[in-house]
Amino acid sequence: MSIVFQKTKGLTDAVTHYCPGCTHGIVHRLVGEALEELGIIGDAIGVAPVGCSVMAYNYFSCDMVQAPHGRAPAVATGLKRALPDNIVFTYQGDGDLAAIGTAETVHSATRGENITVIFINNAIYGMTGGQMAPTTLPGQVTQTTPYGRDVNYSGYPVRVCEMVSTLDGVAFAQRVAVNNVKNVMAAKAAIKKAFEMQINKKGFSIIEVLSTCSTNWGMTPVAAMKWLEDNMIPYYPLGVYKDKTKEAE
Amino acid sequence: MAYNILFAGFGGQGVQFAAKVTTYSGMMSGMEVSLLPSYGPEMRGGTSNCAVRIDSKMIASPIVNEPNLLMALNQPSYDKFAEKVEAGGTVIFDDSLIKRSDTRTDISVYPIPATKLAREHGFVGLANMIALGYMAKKTGFLSLDIIKEGLAKAVPASKAALLGKNIEALEFGFNY
Amino acid sequence: MNKVLMKGNEAIAEAAIRAGCLHFFGYPITPQTEVAAYFSKKLPKLGGTFLQAESEVAAINMVLGAASAGVRAMTSSSSPGVSLKTEGISYIIGSDLPCLIINVQRGGPGLGGIQPSQSDYWQATKAPGHGDGHLLVYAPDRVQEIIEYIFTAFDKAEQYRMPAMLLLDGTLGQMMEPVSFDDIPVPVKHEKPWATNGHKNAREHNIINSLYLKPEELEIKNFERFERYAKVCENEQRYEEYMTDDAEIIIVAIGIAARVSKSAIDDARAAGIKVGLLRPITVFPFPTKAFDRIKNDPKVKNILTVELNMGQMTDDVKLALECKKPVELLRHTGGIVPTPKEVFAKLCEINGGIRK
Repeated sequence: MSIVFQKTKGLTDAVTHYCPGCTHGIVHRLVGEALEELGIIGDAIGVAPVGCSVMAYNYFSCDMVQAPHGRAPAVATGLKRALPDNIVFTYQGDGDLAAIGTAETVHSATRGENITVIFINNAIYGMTGGQMAPTTLPGQVTQTTPYGRDVNYSGYPVRVCEMVSTLDGVAFAQRVAVNNVKNVMAAKAAIKKAFEMQINKKGFSIIEVLSTCSTNWGMTPVAAMKWLEDNMIPYYPLGVYKDKTKEAE
Repeated sequence: MAYNILFAGFGGQGVQFAAKVTTYSGMMSGMEVSLLPSYGPEMRGGTSNCAVRIDSKMIASPIVNEPNLLMALNQPSYDKFAEKVEAGGTVIFDDSLIKRSDTRTDISVYPIPATKLAREHGFVGLANMIALGYMAKKTGFLSLDIIKEGLAKAVPASKAALLGKNIEALEFGFNY
Repeated sequence: MNKVLMKGNEAIAEAAIRAGCLHFFGYPITPQTEVAAYFSKKLPKLGGTFLQAESEVAAINMVLGAASAGVRAMTSSSSPGVSLKTEGISYIIGSDLPCLIINVQRGGPGLGGIQPSQSDYWQATKAPGHGDGHLLVYAPDRVQEIIEYIFTAFDKAEQYRMPAMLLLDGTLGQMMEPVSFDDIPVPVKHEKPWATNGHKNAREHNIINSLYLKPEELEIKNFERFERYAKVCENEQRYEEYMTDDAEIIIVAIGIAARVSKSAIDDARAAGIKVGLLRPITVFPFPTKAFDRIKNDPKVKNILTVELNMGQMTDDVKLALECKKPVELLRHTGGIVPTPKEVFAKLCEINGGIRK
């Protein structure tokens, strides 16, 4: 009997703690596959955030460091400056990257730190049970916006790719989604490209992945995929926001 | 012998540099030394001062509360520190910039118009060295030769070209 | 011996480089900015990293990252900046990472002032961040000793896998003294099999982490860490005694307060007062062993602590004495350094005037 499919070597055999229907599993696999296909599992060091993916350090098979909330890009900066020939990536959620860690995100980006950031945008705080995130949509109901996010009171969502793509240090910024097969394939290509940018020492690369949180959105996984498509993609358009390799041509 | 010296003046008058030269000179004469600059907003245009201790014994505290030797290069420094000089102590001050404000008779006070002399004799910016040379002459706290050695150490390699002029100013003050 | 005049802040950086620390991350703050300036001049030429971070918070986390990679890494700040670093310090403690943190203290609380202070003693020794945990804390009192303890701090931090701190004050950072690098030790090389530096598919993946969701696991980690602290307390106490043999009054002071006290002691001895100085060099571990004789010696009548704070170290002194001797405190805060005259006057008062 021949093997036709195997789990990527980029992930360990640990059983994840993610909720049924959570898209973290998909993104973990895409990152693991990218590491494996590029032959960099042994060179890579991942930085796990605080939030739902805090225990990513158990799931990726490369060396892993767990960072304080929002500080993953600073930790990654220290790792990369000490080990410039290794591959360093962070895996962060929206609260981690776009609220408490905004300064670290913006400054590692503008310094052009040669690291890769995998940014999970699911428009909500998952780990603490469904509070408003910096990316929660206008009108979206969460535990701390029980009447829907009122932008006149709570302000507007942050569009991270648009924001960081204005910074000269950013080599590659792309927003993808993992709500259907086509988008998952595109996300995989984007993640792989981001790591290639790092291998080629191009600078800061970030992939924003629109994701679902069916538990805290209060939906079935299938309904959550549909909600992402109907609500998130219009507010957070998919696409490449910055690509230094293209600019060079 | 122990010298507890205070160098004081406006930022930019070279007070810190005179202190550094003195400290190096003390060190090269085989004495124990310490230097403690004032720091903070006064560095930026206000009054700057620097405490130097030279002692044959190990130096405990680097702080100089009551100097026995004071170099004052501006009026606020004179007003502030002349009264703190130990009885029997010595003050060197630039009388082209300072009007003596105290009436003490228990200290030796030597004026020298260092800034004016510097301007008139081609030593612009080196009033500090003129005053230091004069201080050496009046107190003998360090020999002129040792101060020249200290100066050579204190001038950074990038400014080595300025050493000659500094030595001339030092000698000018010594021979005033 | 080749001697050069060096500022405390510059000596920190030069000593660290010679101790093999080529990775510095910091943020400017008075009165320690010369540390960063010195590194910024030297490290790029040595193939190291000097990085001015966007904040103290980022700087300490860059240290966390570099220390995870297995290199010697450090940051430097002054009181308000160290407060910002405490989050990262707690994670570094919880992750068992070695590194060096410098605190050139200034007056607090809040923005406080910029003149010398020792008012972060409690923070450094008792609560360097949330959770149970400690730093190794060294409090040298002269520039040459700063150099010596930079080497010790890196060595011991790596030996015990915990962060170390040099707890200084504005005076020590700013003052210049002749120093020599002739007798510096060869940096001790510690193996770091735990480092996250890429496993090259040759070992299991390493994880550096401070999260333990199972209470039993977290408690075991904390117990294990405190067993290490017990060894630190047993083996790493450092202190200096000055004229304590026949002393009836013993001053306990650190850093600049100890140096001022030495001046006062010389004057007091000349006046016939039998006084000596016990100067803790480590403040975590606090040198309790030094008090073993003192607390039971009938010759010793009084203890005087001299501090640039409201009496933070005095608590540790009383504990070490098991309250067997009366302790008086001479204190200043806000950036005021006690004068030798003041200390001398206090000694005369305790002594009941000048006898002889």
